[in-house]
Amino acid sequence: MICTALTVTAAEVDLNQYFSGLNIIVALTIAVFKAACVVLFFMHAKYSPGRTQLVIIASVFWLAVMLFMTMSDYLTRRWI
Amino acid sequence: MHRTGELSGQYRTLEQQRETASLGMWVFLATEVLFFGGLFMTYTLNRSTYPDVFSAASKTITLWLGAVNTVVLIASSLTMALSVWASQVGKKKLLTIFLISTLILGCVFLGIKGIEYHDKYVEHHIPGWNFNFEPGADVATNAHAQLFFSLYFGMTGLHALHMIIGAGLLIWLIKESLRGRFTPEYNTPVEIIGLYWHFVDIVWIFLFPLLYLIDRH
Repeated sequence: MICTALTVTAAEVDLNQYFSGLNIIVALTIAVFKAACVVLFFMHAKYSPGRTQLVIIASVFWLAVMLFMTMSDYLTRRWI
Repeated sequence: MHRTGELSGQYRTLEQQRETASLGMWVFLATEVLFFGGLFMTYTLNRSTYPDVFSAASKTITLWLGAVNTVVLIASSLTMALSVWASQVGKKKLLTIFLISTLILGCVFLGIKGIEYHDKYVEHHIPGWNFNFEPGADVATNAHAQLFFSLYFGMTGLHALHMIIGAGLLIWLIKESLRGRFTPEYNTPVEIIGLYWHFVDIVWIFLFPLLYLIDRH
């Protein structure tokens, strides 16, 4: 909840004046932190057996592969 | 009434059964991560293609309603985690109370979401024939704003559907907990549905900054 207040406040401030895209980076960093807290403590991932932790890490890894591969295509198309 | 024989034949111990169920739920959640991940990727792509319209459209959703909903949902995750704890230590009355609080908070979330959807209806911001982003908006702006609102309704709608399914599961949990079925030895359903509920919370944790918070300043 503290993080929610923080993320709303951070969004109101123009951080993009320092360098473009800083606002979204801050917002997503806070979101990742919140999600990590939920997974580790509410979902007991910290105290789970290794195979469960492997599934969690694999799901995040697949997601990262999907995002990275797709975005590295679309975002570099205008370079040509 | 306490049911004996919660152990299925293929398991040696209740502990083994519990760990298997938990692992299975996590595998299901991994598929859900990729399911929502595809939507998040579609959103990111379109947002990077039409940054100005997406930014303008994002500013029309009511920030404080989304922020309140985030707090409500995280609070419901907390009561759900407390339910799991109560079931593990065998506090049956507390378990029922925490489960009911989780259900109530989930319904509050859906209610606020309903108010937001109604606002969009009044503003002609629901994609379709009556869509009009703002008076005098040109065809391209309207088309790209529809893209934002299609994703907004698609993503929050699917999230709300998950919430409704979760609420149904909670009602079943409350019924079973009133019968006194969950004990420190056997509480797997509470734990498994808890995992699902927390996952739905995490989806919202990412939806909120991406849909509500882009370019607010």
